[in-house]
Amino acid sequence: MNFPSDDALNESSETMEILGHKGISRRDFMKFCTGMAALLSLPASFIPKIAEAVSSKRPYVVWLEFQDCAGDSESMLRASKPTIAQIVLDVISLDYHETIMAPSGKQAEKSLMDVVNNQKGQYIAIVEGAIPLKDGGVYCCIGGKTALDIAKEVCGNAAFTINVGSCSSWGGIASAKPNPTGAVGLGEAVPGITYVNLPGCPMNVENVTATIVHYLTFGTLPAVDERHRPYFAHGKTVHDNCERRSHFDAGQFVRQWGDEGHRQGWCLYEMGCKGPIAHFNCPSIRWNGGTSWPVQGGHGCIACATDNNWDVAYPFYGRLPNVPGFGIEKTADKIGAGLAAATAAGLILHGVGRAISPKKDDDNK
Amino acid sequence: MANEGKRIYAWEFPVRFTHWINALCIFALSITGFYIGNPFMYAISSKQYIMGWMRFIHFVAAYMFLMSVIIRVYWAFVGNKYACYKVWFPFSGEKMSEFVNALKFYSFMSRKPPYTVGHHALAGFTYLIVYMMFLFEIISGFALYSVNHKGAIWYALGGWLTASMALQMIRLYHHLVMYVLLAFTLIHVYFAWYSDSREKNGLMLSIFTGYKFLTGKESDI
Repeated sequence: MNFPSDDALNESSETMEILGHKGISRRDFMKFCTGMAALLSLPASFIPKIAEAVSSKRPYVVWLEFQDCAGDSESMLRASKPTIAQIVLDVISLDYHETIMAPSGKQAEKSLMDVVNNQKGQYIAIVEGAIPLKDGGVYCCIGGKTALDIAKEVCGNAAFTINVGSCSSWGGIASAKPNPTGAVGLGEAVPGITYVNLPGCPMNVENVTATIVHYLTFGTLPAVDERHRPYFAHGKTVHDNCERRSHFDAGQFVRQWGDEGHRQGWCLYEMGCKGPIAHFNCPSIRWNGGTSWPVQGGHGCIACATDNNWDVAYPFYGRLPNVPGFGIEKTADKIGAGLAAATAAGLILHGVGRAISPKKDDDNK
Repeated sequence: MANEGKRIYAWEFPVRFTHWINALCIFALSITGFYIGNPFMYAISSKQYIMGWMRFIHFVAAYMFLMSVIIRVYWAFVGNKYACYKVWFPFSGEKMSEFVNALKFYSFMSRKPPYTVGHHALAGFTYLIVYMMFLFEIISGFALYSVNHKGAIWYALGGWLTASMALQMIRLYHHLVMYVLLAFTLIHVYFAWYSDSREKNGLMLSIFTGYKFLTGKESDI
């Protein structure tokens, strides 16, 4: 098959020579570009454009961590294909990343400020972790500066910001009730900046790469929904693309962990799977190099990319939330049954009362 | 007493028609909705399509219910005085005392039925609440439907609700209001029968035929 890109990026081109020195074959590189085009729902004619953009531009990137568990960094380091991880690290110039960078202390902070001062409006900021606002932001300080101050300075001067993971997108687990540190997502903490949210716990590295590739190729951010999530990654529900969907429609459900249905790989709906409310592309791109994803592994979705999932998707193993204001044992069905019983009892009492009350023609009194 | 025994056309055809369509839809929506919330039947073979059919029936019944509610609300503006929307807002002093009387009658504290041809104040107000619940069920239902069916129509019918209310909360209240409507149905049928047996005005038949018989004591002929 002859792609138009074959001319621009043949084995002897300069780009391929450079990539070759880094141990990346042309084949791997084209596979990566093709994969990115597919993920972004672009036709094959865009593959050469992507290849050209990715191989010619090298944006500065700084990665900030606030209230987080470094899970998104872990996710990034486990990029599906190792060669692609190299490409991502080589295609972008990752100048600051607390967890994986070599420098420390003042030296590290200096490299951050160098990018902010010298590449104003040019660099990409990636933010991982929530920003605590309570008590003046004392709950997360780096080098004596609060998370909010750092975010204002770094993200305010960036071309745009990518919020990786649920914490920086909407607050994540740090903002779950009762939210003791007043944690919020970056969009709420620093209003007015240009950003895109890639929630998930953690985010999927393929989507981060695709967002950067989209920016390099088109010079813009991908189209986003009202929660600032790109449609290519968060446009469809997990339920709609789920490999177990046919079992849902058929009416085959897992009723208990380890039962026959569970072993057969039936639908986890009754076990509290939140696939129907979760917008994420897990079923199509999966995790760890396309190895698997939670539902394939036999566990329901917990809607990790949905705002406030720790509060609104709870209980994770129940279909409906607990009714507010009641004890946790009370479910909607128990209340419904109680309501029905009370109604029936009331009507019976009323009927009996009417039957035994003395008949008097006092309707006209 | 001059009117006693006289037949009067209370419920026009659209009122009776929408009443029974509503009843049918609520019955179908409750059964299928309960299944969707808690699948109580299990497929034996993967060739079956139980959840698929349940959802299909639920959605078709939902559209039917919406149309029926639209027709009934329209008729509240063009129909006769017993169908008029004003019946749903019994907040005048006279109506308030009728409201209290009806409440006393239903709770055994009085033996005097609230003689009316159309809805008495308590009934009218109850239907206001019931229609509010209908409206909530329609909006929340289409909000849940809009998750997988993007489009301006479904956004207008309920999709906008997802911006301010978590989907699981919409689902919970959609489910809980079903129980309230089912409880209402029981109470509704019981008190219709109770009123009929006390007032002897053919109330139970009137929702089939449209005609009620005057007892000569009605206040709203």
